[in-house]
Amino acid sequence: MSEYRLEMRDVVKTFPGVKALDHAQLKLRPGTVHALMGENGAGKSTLMKCMFGIYHMDEGSVTYEGEQVSISGPLDALNRGIAMVHQELQPIPERSIGENIYVGRYPTKRLGPITVVDHEKMYADAARVLEEVHLNYDPKAKLGTLSVSQMQLVEIAKAVSADCKVLILDEPTSSLTAAEVEALFTIVGELRSRGVSIVYISHKMDEILRISDEVTIMRDGQYIGTWDAKGLTTDFIITKMVGRELTNLYPKRENVPGEAVFEVEDFTSINPKSFRHASFQLRKGEILGVAGLVGAQRTELMEGLFGLRCHSAGRIVYKGKELRINQPKDAINNGIALLTEDRRATGILGVLSIADNVSIASLNQYLIGGVMLDDGKIEKLVQDNVAKLSIKTPSSKTLIQSLSGGNQQKVLISRWLANDPDVFIMDEPTRGIDVGAKYEIYCIIAALAKQGKSIIMISSEMGELIGMADRIMVMCDGRVTGFVDGKDANQENIMALATQFE
Amino acid sequence: MEKSKSFDLKKFVSDNAIILLVVALAIITGLTTKNFFKPANFKNLVINMSPRFIIACGVSGCLITKGTDLSAGRQVGLAACLSAMMLQSLDYSARMLPWMPDIPWWLALIIVMIAMGIIGAVNGVVISMLKVPPFIATLGMQTIVYGACQIITNNQPMGGFKESYLKVALGSVLNVLPYLAIFAVVVGVYFWFLYNKTRHGKYMYAIGGNESAAQVAGVNVTATIIRIYLLAGVMYGLAGFLVGAKAGGASTATGFGYELEAIAACTIGGVSANGGVGRVGGILIGVLVFEALKICLQFLGVDPAYTYIAQGLVIIIAVALDLRKYLAKK
Repeated sequence: MSEYRLEMRDVVKTFPGVKALDHAQLKLRPGTVHALMGENGAGKSTLMKCMFGIYHMDEGSVTYEGEQVSISGPLDALNRGIAMVHQELQPIPERSIGENIYVGRYPTKRLGPITVVDHEKMYADAARVLEEVHLNYDPKAKLGTLSVSQMQLVEIAKAVSADCKVLILDEPTSSLTAAEVEALFTIVGELRSRGVSIVYISHKMDEILRISDEVTIMRDGQYIGTWDAKGLTTDFIITKMVGRELTNLYPKRENVPGEAVFEVEDFTSINPKSFRHASFQLRKGEILGVAGLVGAQRTELMEGLFGLRCHSAGRIVYKGKELRINQPKDAINNGIALLTEDRRATGILGVLSIADNVSIASLNQYLIGGVMLDDGKIEKLVQDNVAKLSIKTPSSKTLIQSLSGGNQQKVLISRWLANDPDVFIMDEPTRGIDVGAKYEIYCIIAALAKQGKSIIMISSEMGELIGMADRIMVMCDGRVTGFVDGKDANQENIMALATQFE
Repeated sequence: MEKSKSFDLKKFVSDNAIILLVVALAIITGLTTKNFFKPANFKNLVINMSPRFIIACGVSGCLITKGTDLSAGRQVGLAACLSAMMLQSLDYSARMLPWMPDIPWWLALIIVMIAMGIIGAVNGVVISMLKVPPFIATLGMQTIVYGACQIITNNQPMGGFKESYLKVALGSVLNVLPYLAIFAVVVGVYFWFLYNKTRHGKYMYAIGGNESAAQVAGVNVTATIIRIYLLAGVMYGLAGFLVGAKAGGASTATGFGYELEAIAACTIGGVSANGGVGRVGGILIGVLVFEALKICLQFLGVDPAYTYIAQGLVIIIAVALDLRKYLAKK
């Protein structure tokens, strides 16, 4: 038996257009907390999903407790003692806590000739594991009555109930308060002392340095290295994660923010749990970063400004004129563009050509006699953008779904540039895009700001915000909690504002 | 996975399986029976195809936007009955509306197109504004239209049409090109232009491809959907008018099941059940294949009951193959 409980070697996983894992590896010792680090898109979650059987790897091997195994799916993983708490929880809120813990593997008993669920045993067992995670709740209560952090504990209880030997925690603290984080750390410590191997994925340096025993860093789907956590510094980790000094990861910006052109006052959603009393100003030629934790309602605020969500109060003033925005068309007609967060769900028109995707928001400009579209004009627009933004595509007739993420994003940017917007809202513009293309997107953003366009950039990558924004607006739980100047911004002062819960 | 540029016979066959099957069937029929490859039979084929192609064009917009229109057939029936009521001969003894003045056929045509357009617009409003799923909304409308048709016609079949009305369906240019085909060609050209050269067409494909994304891009989804169902209604009006003239009579049973034939033809012609995809040329091929299949089986002396089974199989296989193409891309 080797010193490792679980080893993943040379894991390769390819998705259409992107190599998500390129000979990645991970070695877990029993009774340790192993931090897995890397930028968004580095392949951490993909690697964990391969371990947990959600994805099937194209190449590579998994050795578990000295044996080479092939994990067929989540239930198989759970039966072997590998459990995962996902970044985005998948609760069944209308069912009880006990049922959520045992879903898919209910304890059963015989009732004459038929097999039925043994509710008595299920709730007794559930009560026992809930105690282990210090959650004093009736296992018969509906899961939906719990808070997010409590639901997360239920997920951990599920792992405990499976008597897990490996527990994967994917960004478990992203929506927790400081006190909840402490409670979580206590449980993690207890599990470790019981010999459980814990994979801990997080972006928060202080947490990593505090809780972990070993650190593995990934970049662009590749294994960079594994280090003992003692003696590691934040700078060292970041350098390894991004692969070069932070300073030359972003283009030089030559934009000069001018006077305030776009003002939002007291903007409030009709949903009381969403954005409220949001006020900010955006200057001409400024890149305004927007930071916040998951659930900070950044996307919702921007979609509200764009007319995709309803607001109950608030004003938008653009160049001294109050705008009435009730639907996207109103925003577009007033020179506002929105690059949405989820490219696949609300961005690309997958089965349509690049030409159609570029021209769809600006068709009114290519009419002959008010009726017929001028295909020549559209083709010229597409060719101009393909050249200007260096979109890699065989032709303008190619379906957008066959392009890589970075090129799809450039097509969507072209779509909005065709309308020559003055305010360009970009929601996670580099999500799911490989590093080379990211740099190109940054260059485009910098060039637009230099032309005098005002940019709002939501990002969950702290480095991106610090590297690109003139100012950073921080949100927490639906409120704007403060602004940080780009030059003074750092991990700490942004996080302080982002965790300012009421 | 590299896609080879060279001709892939296997892929070609599986992508066009139904069409190839019917072509083969037509050749066999032609070789084993008399009169199959005669001009009269082709003319018959064209006459049968024309109204069905017009209906299929109408319903195609609904399908491309991931909807459907189950009220198509009953609207065709109602349009045929309304046309009949307006265009019975003045000297016909059993006129449904004795007070009806003598109006030209084209005026009656415009009236039924407007009437069906209103029904289509109601479908569009219910689907896009009340958010009722298209299947349910048009199922309800199908039943309503059928009931309305029974009330209006008093459940009586109608005949005794004016010569000018019958001529629309039975006449032809130089005895070669049926007038019906001219209607179909005009509709085909109109739809080709609409789908390929106008904003409406682009918006329709965008909504079918990704409705949320289309909305973000500023497409007025509600208005586009209403226009699509309205236009579909207008096409059913035209088709119903022609079907009545072609049959020389109309009753509440006219147009029964036409919506399913039209949806089937669209699907065979490559209008994807997943939305965003569909060409007018494909729809024409779909209608051709479906009608050719019927004529072949008729020539081969197959019992009509079995013909229905063959048609049903063709519909299911066509959709299965279409979805398989989609699944293969995942």
